Amino acid sequence: MRYSALSIFKQALAGNLGWTPAWREPQPKPHYDVIIVGGGGHGLATAYYLAREFGIRNVAVVEKGYLGSGNVGRNTTIVRSNYMLPGNEPFYEFSLKLWEGLERELNYNVMLSQRGIISLYHNDGQRDHYVRRGNAMMMEGVAAEQLDRETLKKMLPFLNFDHARFPIIGGLLQRRAGTARHDAVAWGFARGADRLGVDLIQNCEVTGIRREDGIVTGVETTKGFIGCNRLALAAAGNTSRVGEMAGLKLPIESHVLQAFVTEGLKPCIDHVITYGAGHFYISQSDKGGLVFGAEIDGYSSYAQRGNLATAEHVMEEGVTMIPGLSRVRVLRAWGGVMDMSMDGSPIIDRTPIDNLYLNCGWCYGGFKATPASGFCFAHLIAKGESHHVARALRLDRFERGFPIDEAGAGTQPNLH
Amino acid sequence: MASLISCPHCGVRPKEEFSIRGDATPVRPAPMASDEAWNDYVHVRANPRGRIREHWQHVAGCRRWLVVERDNFTHDVFSVTDAAAGRGGAQ
Repeated sequence: MRYSALSIFKQALAGNLGWTPAWREPQPKPHYDVIIVGGGGHGLATAYYLAREFGIRNVAVVEKGYLGSGNVGRNTTIVRSNYMLPGNEPFYEFSLKLWEGLERELNYNVMLSQRGIISLYHNDGQRDHYVRRGNAMMMEGVAAEQLDRETLKKMLPFLNFDHARFPIIGGLLQRRAGTARHDAVAWGFARGADRLGVDLIQNCEVTGIRREDGIVTGVETTKGFIGCNRLALAAAGNTSRVGEMAGLKLPIESHVLQAFVTEGLKPCIDHVITYGAGHFYISQSDKGGLVFGAEIDGYSSYAQRGNLATAEHVMEEGVTMIPGLSRVRVLRAWGGVMDMSMDGSPIIDRTPIDNLYLNCGWCYGGFKATPASGFCFAHLIAKGESHHVARALRLDRFERGFPIDEAGAGTQPNLH
Repeated sequence: MASLISCPHCGVRPKEEFSIRGDATPVRPAPMASDEAWNDYVHVRANPRGRIREHWQHVAGCRRWLVVERDNFTHDVFSVTDAAAGRGGAQ
């Protein structure tokens, strides 16, 4: 069923009884060309682009819970490409370009809102860093603007410009950045993949990876053995657990990141704003709630819930940046399990096992990468070589000494 | 995570007094050990789900390095010992 204004109108007149499910609920076939482990944003996007761009349609996505039950539904929905390093920026820009055409591509309203992201800075050193970052973006053909304090005061009068310790002296703006409806992204890719013949198998946990002569032959699941020619892992948060089934040793540690949403307010924050003196970021959802988050809790965790001390710290940062927030009530908080890599950048690569492919290490930047991650992973699986924008995102870059450390924090996963 | 941590030197203290460095399992190889051994130590993590050992420092207390044994799924804390007391990870 194609979605359009006309279909909404016709269904409304018919009492909305004619809508069909957005995807099938198939039983697994005995064998597939490609099995993707993980039915989140990246796994579903991979399945979609495998079928759409690379003509591989005998594909299954196996998901231990329901589709989109992991981090694609647990993030702060920010979409941007304001990275600095050459290994990252072309990839995220490719992703943003896919975002810009995604609704038409999927025939699904992902509610992309290109409201712009403003990264504030508070001292001369930070200003130099953001000028450098803006220049690095422009070197890759991505528009970036420096905003001075007077311009910012007109745009965002509610900010705490004259804080004694962290005065706001300017900001870096990427106008094409913004937010998207996170669940809709997973649902849109799921529906798109399903329509191209991909089997989406939910409530099917992978319990083992079967190998013969070193080659993967399939996966053991709670719904029995499923054979495959190629196996692709997109199980962020649990990458180490799934990788262990194939004997992989990975540069990943799982950490918890919290996010928060307040009660609904009238429109007051028009952009995505990030705080330079901490790691706070905030935007307003279409329902009116302020959606915000900050750093990871800082300790290894597989629990999808965080620590109150971190919640307090996040809100202190928010109130330091926007004093008016102190009067707003927080409705909900949630946590997601992040694949923290050792340099803060992701991995889309082959593994030492010939027909096993790996997509992991998204830290807490995976949502914005969803379309490009799927596209590049599908490219890798279909053609056996990295897509040109993902060439730096290699698994062996750590031992070769080519980390992509955007934060300059070193090999400390809790500092990225 | 438990809100109170029992420091072997200072007694029961709030968790916020401690800073968490990370996994205590990797042991620093000899200076001239192979590149593989160093790569394993610096980059590779077992990342188990369940009982783990971590290096914590009691920064707002005795400033000693501690080994905290806890569960990273249930957040139970089982034991806290001084890192120098046993061969607890980094030497």
